[in-house]
Amino acid sequence: MSEESKKKIMFTVRKPPHGTIYVYEGLEVKLIMAAYDADISVVFIDDGVYALKAGQDTRELGIKGFEATYGVLVDYEIQKVYVDRQSMEERGLTEDDLLVIGEDEDTEEPIRPKMVDSSEIAAMMAEQHNILSF
Amino acid sequence: MLHTVNKSPFQNMALENCLRFTQSGDVILLMEDGVYGAVSGTAKSPLVESALAKKIKVYALGADLKARALGETIQGVEVTDYSGFVDLVEANRIHSWL
Repeated sequence: MSEESKKKIMFTVRKPPHGTIYVYEGLEVKLIMAAYDADISVVFIDDGVYALKAGQDTRELGIKGFEATYGVLVDYEIQKVYVDRQSMEERGLTEDDLLVIGEDEDTEEPIRPKMVDSSEIAAMMAEQHNILSF
Repeated sequence: MLHTVNKSPFQNMALENCLRFTQSGDVILLMEDGVYGAVSGTAKSPLVESALAKKIKVYALGADLKARALGETIQGVEVTDYSGFVDLVEANRIHSWL
């Protein structure tokens, strides 16, 4: 399928991880949709940016966590992963705090989510066929 | 682009954050507890007033206003019903600020 004919689906994540099941469920749905060859983008806004903080250790909560899965998002053909700059700044986070979502095939450089402004996110939203919020 | 907000602006930042991601020509629908944001003369009224000033159309669901005994909505906010809601959904891409 060509890029143009693919269905453009955006996921927005606005909840912090672990307190509710939203981030986990959202991740499941992303992987399922990616299998259908859709043009997926994921945007982390508000407390959703905490879901991307590297070094989450959920062992004492008795749950598996999702960092390992997020670590291979690129392998699932989900490369368009964005974080809202203002949400990051409000929480004292920088790009270095973010977990890695894969590595570049050629250079083996780690790939991290891309920080963008809210106006860029608004423009991307306007181009989608569907937007799913988690 | 239709943005739906269903939480009170006194409860969380959904409306405020939604506004940051709206562009001119977008539409906001306040529903459920979101309709508290449509009331005039509150500490949170400036949020919707600023949206209207940015040429963003703001609707509030009448059934939710009535259920909460809310009469005085901000001037410029359009009160709509369920069929109006359906029309908005039909005409726009939608993002729910849950």
